[in-house]
Amino acid sequence: MNLLKTLAVGAALATGVAGAAVAQDKTKVGFIYVGPIGDGGWTYEHNKARLAVEEHYGDAVETVYQESVPEGADAERAITQMALSGADLIFTTSFGFMDATVAVAEKFPDVKFEHATGYKTADNLAVYSARFYEGRAVQGTIAGHLTESNIVGYIASYPIPEVIRGINSAYIHAKKVNPDIQFKIIWAYTWFDPAKEADAAKALIEQGADVILQHTDSTAPQAAAAEAGNVYTFGQASDMIEYAPMPRVSSIIDDWAPYYIERVGAVIDGTWETADTWDGIGPGMVGIGEISDAVPADVKAEALALKDAIASGEYHPFTGPLNKQDGSVWLAEGETADDGTLLGMDFYVEGIEGEIPN
Amino acid sequence: MRFALEKRPAPSRLMLGLTPLFAVIATMLAGGVMFWALGANPVEAIRTIFLDPLFDPTFGAYSRPQLLVKAAPLILIAIGLSLGFKAGIWNIGAEGQYIIGAVVGAAVGLAFYPTESRLIFPAMVIAGALGGWAWAMIPAILKTRLGTNEILVSLMLVYVAENILASVASGVLKNPEGRGFPGSRNFARDYPAASNLELLPGTGMHWGVVAAFIAVIAAYVLMTRHKMGFSIRLTGEAPRAARFAGVNPTRLVVFSLGMAGALAGMAGLFEVTGPAGQISIDFGSGYGFTAIIVAFLGRLHPVGILLAGLLMALTYIGGELAQLMLGMPAAAIQLFQGMLLFFLLAMDVFANYRIRIKTREAA
Repeated sequence: MNLLKTLAVGAALATGVAGAAVAQDKTKVGFIYVGPIGDGGWTYEHNKARLAVEEHYGDAVETVYQESVPEGADAERAITQMALSGADLIFTTSFGFMDATVAVAEKFPDVKFEHATGYKTADNLAVYSARFYEGRAVQGTIAGHLTESNIVGYIASYPIPEVIRGINSAYIHAKKVNPDIQFKIIWAYTWFDPAKEADAAKALIEQGADVILQHTDSTAPQAAAAEAGNVYTFGQASDMIEYAPMPRVSSIIDDWAPYYIERVGAVIDGTWETADTWDGIGPGMVGIGEISDAVPADVKAEALALKDAIASGEYHPFTGPLNKQDGSVWLAEGETADDGTLLGMDFYVEGIEGEIPN
Repeated sequence: MRFALEKRPAPSRLMLGLTPLFAVIATMLAGGVMFWALGANPVEAIRTIFLDPLFDPTFGAYSRPQLLVKAAPLILIAIGLSLGFKAGIWNIGAEGQYIIGAVVGAAVGLAFYPTESRLIFPAMVIAGALGGWAWAMIPAILKTRLGTNEILVSLMLVYVAENILASVASGVLKNPEGRGFPGSRNFARDYPAASNLELLPGTGMHWGVVAAFIAVIAAYVLMTRHKMGFSIRLTGEAPRAARFAGVNPTRLVVFSLGMAGALAGMAGLFEVTGPAGQISIDFGSGYGFTAIIVAFLGRLHPVGILLAGLLMALTYIGGELAQLMLGMPAAAIQLFQGMLLFFLLAMDVFANYRIRIKTREAA
């Protein structure tokens, strides 16, 4: 059985290598997207970075992509086909592709893989993610100042550490500038579903929220807020500038281009090595979109000062004293959170109402 | 000269066989125009979708068995659905039965973790079938006892099932070593005794493929040789006659919904332990709905369903290759699949009607 398996994998590899040999002069880079490239958010930004790679390396690089790949049984096949087509480097850009990427990486040891927002690495599999929570701190500060109803609505996607970190970071900083703040959280269980996202936004507005934060990728909540009027929103993953100055008052932008250009360059030079990258505002992986004129000048100045403090490393968004939701002490005065805790974050900080679904 | 449609006394057998072919040709033409409008070479695009998964030197060896892997759950579910559809019992909720089958089967397997035994996987298959069966019994009992509409109840239960899935994926079935991320242990990677292993190494073909073929044969025998099959056909074609012939409608509803649920549940179990690998929030990927199309595409006949399932799988995998190799947008591929179904249904007119060319006589 094992011998047969080895033979079969060998045969698969031989085909893969033959495929690669044809396009030896060009480095082929593949991208697996969870949404459509026109989602205006998460996938849109990854695709923008793909185009930046093409522009930067010109004829030395060829890129391919597959969009709207479901995070289930189909993912492994999509990644395998991409590897078979002769890709030298494959970026799988959603958490749900983790195990599929690991499985394909085992079968194609000569192809390099990069998985976004996961934690499983191998010799030919690197992981990368952005410290979005740094942007959430800036967002929370603005939201805390802007709200008049003291109710901030939050459209969350899935109860995973990345999303929970964002909620906590936004809450902590909104609370700092507005002690009466209250967060209402709706779990949409989707990254991209304009209809569901719009419904969630409307439900939150009906419950009195006048600021909507979203951890989903479409612009539907922006449109819902624009329709309701007097509701503030923030662009997510992408700038969503078409909704500025109102309702969109700022945004968190994922800028993957510098990272992708660097990693593709490493493959071209033959210096690529597996890595675990987690960058924030400082290195430019997380950007804060233009803060619009709907935000008072002093609030804008405060938000930008916070952004600079985070970028320089002078301030960490999770700095004690902080308690967990149940009242137990998490971080003592002046203590900052370690990355391990942040990466596995499965609790709310004190003051957030409701429970993380499980 | 003018054309007129004239109803045939009975659908033409020749046309029933030929119309799928016409539909494929019409799809190729209309799809070709669309691909051309998108700036691709239409011949190359059509070749990539229909032929490359089978014959391309780079992909063929991998794609051919993948066709069976992709088609297996569709066929398994569609076979179950066809029994009810033939009798006029409309189970639209196979997606929910598929999800619950996967959840129940996976839960049984995970309860034994990390015990290694040959009995675990068969037990999971049975649990998966029972889970799907039980989920289908809800609309069945409501229909037979209270006269509720099985279309609405089974469909609504899909959304309930999706919420149960999300809940267990981030709750009771969550991988304790998963760093707080939702999703169960990966059967293939973490728990071999409970995984739906590859039967032929390197192909990805698993027990679900075998089960799909068995289901096709069993359904064929049932429909042609068994009294239950006769009752189903009779009820669908002449409900009043069936009543007089002593067909018990309650038994029929319970049987056909139950079979559909059990097969969908098994399909879910094979997927979760095989290609998907784990219970995750996004596990349900619409197979239960696609299978409805497969059932009708196959004209509710077991062999037709087998072929329809393979054709659907071909357009999926070929569509992926067209995206990958030609940079086609995903939406264009979905549109192309939609065209295929549209033309198949539209071509039915030729099976049920004949075209008469009438020349107007001079007065």
